[in-house]
Amino acid sequence: MIGVSVQEEPFAPAELMAELVEAAAERNLGGIANFVGLVRRDGDLERLELEQFPGMTEKALNGLANEASERWPLGIVRIVHRHGSMKPGEPIVFVGVAAGHRTEALEGCAFLIDRLKTDAPFWKKEWRRDGSTRWVEAKAEDDARAEEWRAK
Amino acid sequence: MQLTIIYFAWVRERIGIDSEDIDLPYDVTTIAALLDWLRGRDERYVRAFAEPDKLRFAVDQEMVRADHSLSGARELAIFPPVTGG
Repeated sequence: MIGVSVQEEPFAPAELMAELVEAAAERNLGGIANFVGLVRRDGDLERLELEQFPGMTEKALNGLANEASERWPLGIVRIVHRHGSMKPGEPIVFVGVAAGHRTEALEGCAFLIDRLKTDAPFWKKEWRRDGSTRWVEAKAEDDARAEEWRAK
Repeated sequence: MQLTIIYFAWVRERIGIDSEDIDLPYDVTTIAALLDWLRGRDERYVRAFAEPDKLRFAVDQEMVRADHSLSGARELAIFPPVTGG
């Protein structure tokens, strides 16, 4: 079961986790792994604006969820990714995976967050209190991490 | 052949438009060739495409490389390396 949401509205990680645990229990999936990414406080950062490529973000995330489900026996994949404006401390992304056992759940979850950082068409722009803005730059390390999953 | 080009993030800001429909010259067959052709049209494209290794591409919403053919493409998106997650 794959569920991908790209939305402007905030989400509550605890609620998504509770839903995932209940769905996993119903399907007798004993291993659940998850990742949540938050906007980090950083000096005078006022907010992040996430631009997205409408349509392609969902397509890319669904593609990754399918790829993960083919590589590992995953029973449930849930991805929620926000776009638009968000403040320090708010969640940006939720990745949750349920499988029979912990190995595939943990690996599937790590694969999904590592790959979405290089494959999902979102772009972060920082807005500072003094009114200045800066496009966040992608990190070479993110490319390296995604590449490792191709090599393994 | 008609091609829709969509721009995102600072690529969009430097060019000054969200998207445009162009008539692809018959001898422009790859993305790299298209970038050269656009550079020749206006200084804004020269600025936007100044660092080719900071550009990424999607043809009909699938990520591709700069040497990808534009044959049959309906939509090309040009954008910086993504920074989601």
